Amino acid sequence: MGPIIPNGLIPIEWDSIIAIFIGICFGFVLESSGFSSSRKLAGVFYGYDFAVLKVFFTAAVVSVIGIYYMDYLGYLDIRQLYVHPTFLWGAIIGGVIMGVGFVAGGFCPGTSLCAVAIGKLDAWVYVLGIMVGVLLFSEFFTFIEPIYDGYFLGNITLMDSFDWNPYWVIFIFSIIAVVAFALADVVRKRVKKVFY
Amino acid sequence: MNTNKNSNRHVYWNPYFGGFLLGLIIIFTFYLTGRGLGASGAMKSSVVALVDGVAPTHARTNAYYSLFLSDEDTPLNTWLVFEALGILIGAFISGGLAGRIRWRVQHSPKITSRRRLGFALGGGILFGLGAQIARGCTSGAALSGMAVLSVGGFITMLAIFGSAYAVAYFFRKNWI
Repeated sequence: MGPIIPNGLIPIEWDSIIAIFIGICFGFVLESSGFSSSRKLAGVFYGYDFAVLKVFFTAAVVSVIGIYYMDYLGYLDIRQLYVHPTFLWGAIIGGVIMGVGFVAGGFCPGTSLCAVAIGKLDAWVYVLGIMVGVLLFSEFFTFIEPIYDGYFLGNITLMDSFDWNPYWVIFIFSIIAVVAFALADVVRKRVKKVFY
Repeated sequence: MNTNKNSNRHVYWNPYFGGFLLGLIIIFTFYLTGRGLGASGAMKSSVVALVDGVAPTHARTNAYYSLFLSDEDTPLNTWLVFEALGILIGAFISGGLAGRIRWRVQHSPKITSRRRLGFALGGGILFGLGAQIARGCTSGAALSGMAVLSVGGFITMLAIFGSAYAVAYFFRKNWI
């Protein structure tokens, strides 16, 4: 019964080796999907390339279906999984700031690491920027702390908040993703092509 | 790079194929470790380690750095740091196989390299700041959060893409 390492089925010493292995797969897939190119990533915001939308939503749908399927079949106990905590205003304000950073810089942290690996100097500068951002956050932590630690709603899922059936949530989420893919293709045909 | 300028088709994987594999990796990660992926966490650990190296007293008294410092271990000995090293290796292999590795600044022909680097720095600063406030970036909060239907993951995802679309108009000269 998973998760494997928290339940002691593999010795904890394997943790770091598994981390590197998973990272290699993650980096390989991101780079091969074109996420080391800021111009390809930014395409999603201007309608000339929807790779971000397609990769990101496909991954989200596949992972949520897979995790719930493994729970249903008894291979994985979903209650033992780490649920990203919900700090309401932290998530909103942080997300809005990240959105501006995304359009301005053309990367997010994971994709910038891929671009760093293949020698994009703009990504090196971007990662330096992220580190400066973390430094600023830490130095002004006392001012930001009310947002950072406030409005804590717990490690909640959509089922906790709305009392929805998870299988219906996943089904509707998948439908939304498919509709979004179809719309994206319609939009892309109407937008002036950009080559990079 | 030997790219066909008239269509970018064959250059990268089909996005659905990439997304499918990425989804499998997320399932595998949750199955093994009980947690999701991440990227900004490694950069946070690097900053904590740097500050601890340069000004240890300051790092110990700061309310945020001290959360990640302990007497026995370095702040770099975390799962996410090893995972980020893996990302660099994996992307290097992929880029190497496809012949995409070289030093360059990628930018639209309408802007200068200097402008591109300036915006990259500013964007990075904002993303670093936002990722700390939201406790995760597009990988750690949005993608891994959505995989377990976390409310915070969905809110962060909507906030990132909502605000990016809202301000995209003002940055259009950089990209199109």
